[in-house]
Amino acid sequence: MTETSTLPRIDSLIEPARVHSRLYTDREIFEEEMRRIWHRTWVYIGHESEVPNANDYVTKSIGPTPVLMVRDRQGEIRLLLNKCPHRGNQLCAYKQGNRATFTCPYHSWTFANTGELMGYALPDGYEGVSKAGVGLGKVARIGIYRGFVFGSMAAEGPTLMEHLGGAKAALDQLCDNSPTGELELTAGFLQHRTRANWKFMLENETDGYHPGFVHASIFQVTKSGIANLYGKDSTALTRDYGNGHTEFDLRPEWRRLDTPLKWFGTSEERLPEYTAAMKAAYGDDRARQIMIDGSPHTMIFPNLFIAEIQLFVLQPMAVDETIQHVTAVQFKGAPDINRRLRQQTMGSVGPAGLLLADDTEMYERNHRGALIHDPEWLVLSRGLHRERRDENGFRVAHSTDEVPQRGIWRHYLSLMQE
Amino acid sequence: MDPMLAEKPVDLAALSPVDLHHRVAQFLYLEARLQDTHAYDAWEQLWEDDAIYWVPANGHDTDPERQMSILYDNRSRIKVRVEQLKTGRRHTQTPRSELARLISNIEVVAVEGAEVSVRANVLIYEDNLRGETLWAARNEYRLRLVDGAFRLVRKKIGLVNNARPVFTLSFLV
Repeated sequence: MTETSTLPRIDSLIEPARVHSRLYTDREIFEEEMRRIWHRTWVYIGHESEVPNANDYVTKSIGPTPVLMVRDRQGEIRLLLNKCPHRGNQLCAYKQGNRATFTCPYHSWTFANTGELMGYALPDGYEGVSKAGVGLGKVARIGIYRGFVFGSMAAEGPTLMEHLGGAKAALDQLCDNSPTGELELTAGFLQHRTRANWKFMLENETDGYHPGFVHASIFQVTKSGIANLYGKDSTALTRDYGNGHTEFDLRPEWRRLDTPLKWFGTSEERLPEYTAAMKAAYGDDRARQIMIDGSPHTMIFPNLFIAEIQLFVLQPMAVDETIQHVTAVQFKGAPDINRRLRQQTMGSVGPAGLLLADDTEMYERNHRGALIHDPEWLVLSRGLHRERRDENGFRVAHSTDEVPQRGIWRHYLSLMQE
Repeated sequence: MDPMLAEKPVDLAALSPVDLHHRVAQFLYLEARLQDTHAYDAWEQLWEDDAIYWVPANGHDTDPERQMSILYDNRSRIKVRVEQLKTGRRHTQTPRSELARLISNIEVVAVEGAEVSVRANVLIYEDNLRGETLWAARNEYRLRLVDGAFRLVRKKIGLVNNARPVFTLSFLV
């Protein structure tokens, strides 16, 4: 099969309120995204709690590239690339473990978990050859905020704080729901293989227009009032934080209802230990406000989605294949709510999820549709006439409006053109 | 109803190994047929109230009370799952997956009172809008004899590739 090799100008494919189907299906554009977005901007890697002890490691990724997230013997987080610098062999074949050194199975070169080469096997053959500079590849920059570990393959660029911008507030809001202010991601990840371009997921995570339709079946069966959050009269907001970060802000609805833990479909009475721990940690008034506001629904560009009670990590593998990694949010020091968080997560998301299996069906149908050439352009005009700025200057509109999607493409275009 | 099951034996231990194996196999084939043909109500009725329907992730010895599973339903969530399929708006199953599964390597592991523990391998061919998918699993069952017929108490579906990314699994596995 032959393919056209002319990469179109990206700015000819993105307009303020519509985007070209080719953005989702073109292999050259995907390769360009790897270079200009995934190998440059800050990408979420993992959480410190996944490597709690010295010498723990876990395999994470930046797009298709595996990344070893390691806590070295001094306790520092390292992001190493899983490739022996001798012959390019995959160094570590396991998803996680605890080890101070990594030995390549091919010719037994051994590396410290800081990345430095410790020694050659049969060293007489390397007489006079320095070990300096023969270490493992590294993610150029590491940034950690409240336990969330991000990496950037680019040695220079905006700081993590500059990248997060207003979306930093979402990480704070999430952590504030923990009585210790900390998360502990200990439940492991489900991995949902999806035959669709990653940007369909990026856009859908803060699409408030779809739930009433895509999830109508489960809302009907469970007699859930959640559909009202996505209805005409909802006071919830969509928000564009800039830098590609977007949000579905449910707080106006929860504040109107003014009931702690309503956001999680439960009550203080049903989670007495959690409620007591929150009040002890924050005082009655602040705890009550946190438990009314609940956890955020925020997509941090390009790959971390805080879905109130779950964390999703998007991993593009190819132009038409993405893995959705997902785990339950777990709050350190809150066993009663954690159990409920796990149960709800297992029911909702992952390959068999009562919600996500339907979202994923849409992603795969989106992708097949994008391959059809007519019409070429996809529409993102919903709510254009009623966009406004919030008190912090971020664009907001009705919960079903396409403010987030327009914001994502605005940032995407700037990255792809720079 | 299988005429042999209509004999209503009360003591599984009194059955010959061949007879027990045959009854177990007939039940597994019945369940497989109900699943393959999307006979949702009949399948749901196989389950006892203390049911556990479990598809682990990231290995086969995980603790489902502590770690994420692909599916970990009690009886009430099984009912929700089936009710959702019956709405006709469970998009991932509209149109429904075309399915055929083979069950083999059936071993009776233990008999305790009215319950029997069973292992079996299953290979499921699925065809849907995305294309063809093959699912392989080492299953474990606990069956209970109630009024002369087996019912499901526990079913663990051990997908052999459960530590790796898997496609949507929205049919009854």
